[in-house]
Amino acid sequence: MLPTAIFAQLGWIYFWYAVPVAAAISLVYAATRHEEIHLIFRHAFGCATWIVGLMAVVGVVMAVVSAWL
Amino acid sequence: MSAQAEPERVKTIELKDPAMAAFLAWLVPGLGHLYQGRTGKGILFLVCILGLFLYGVYLGGDSEVGWGRVVYMSFHPEDQRLHFLCQAGVGLPTLPAVIQAFRVRGGRAPLWGSFMAPPRLPSDRSSNRPTLDDLHKRLHHFFELGTLYTMIAGLLNILAIYDAWAGPVLDESIKEEKEDEEKDALAGEEKSSSASADAKSSEPGAETGPLSDRH
Repeated sequence: MLPTAIFAQLGWIYFWYAVPVAAAISLVYAATRHEEIHLIFRHAFGCATWIVGLMAVVGVVMAVVSAWL
Repeated sequence: MSAQAEPERVKTIELKDPAMAAFLAWLVPGLGHLYQGRTGKGILFLVCILGLFLYGVYLGGDSEVGWGRVVYMSFHPEDQRLHFLCQAGVGLPTLPAVIQAFRVRGGRAPLWGSFMAPPRLPSDRSSNRPTLDDLHKRLHHFFELGTLYTMIAGLLNILAIYDAWAGPVLDESIKEEKEDEEKDALAGEEKSSSASADAKSSEPGAETGPLSDRH
C-alpha cells in the first residue's frame, strides 16, 4: 500500500483533538510536582513531549500494521 | 547541608486550611489554590481543567439536541452512566446534570434547553426527547470526544485537590537531598552529644555512672 494511502487512513485532522488533552494533562501533572511556574512549564514541556512521542510511535505502528491486515 | 547551599527548589510552602482548600478545589478547579494564595497555580488549574471540561461540553452537544449532553447523571439499569463518576470530579460545573437527573426522574421536563439532561430511555414513550442512540447518531464521534474530555477534566481535578490538600509532590532527587540533610543533622547531633559527654567525663570529680561507681 502506498504511504499516502496509509496517511489518508489515519485521518490526521482527528489528531488535533489530542493537543488540548495532552497540554492540559502535562500542565496539571507538572503543577502537582512543583510550586514555581517556570519549573512547572519546564516539566510540562518534557511531559508533553513524552505523550506526543509515545502517541506518534503507537500511531505509526498501528498504521503500518493496519496497512498489512 | 547548610542553608546557603540548599537548592532554591526546596522550600516550605504554607498551606492554609488544607481541608477547606481541598473542598474549594473540588467545588471549582483552582479555587482552593486561590484561597491559599497560590494564585499562579490556581489560575493554571482553572484554565486547564475548566477549559478542558467546557470544551468537552461544547463538543458533546449542539443547538438542536441541546448542549452538554455528554455530562448527565443516570444510574437506571437501562442507562448506567458511570462516566459521570469521573466527570463529577470537576465539582460545581456538573451541578446542572444532578438537577436535570432529579427533574427527569420526577417526571418533569428538563430545564435550560436540555443542557446536561439525561437522554430518554428506550422504554420511555412519554416524550419525544432524543435517546442515547439518537445522540450518538447526531453527534457522531464528538459524543465520545466530549465524554473523554469531561472525564479527563474530572480526573485531573483529583490531582489538583490533592495538591491543595498536601502541597506538591516532591521529585525523587529533592527527596534524596532532604534525606541526606536529615542524616547529616542526626550525625551532627550525635557527634556533639558524644563530645559533650567526653568533656564531662574528663572533668575531675564528674559524677558519671561508671566513674562514680569506682569512687
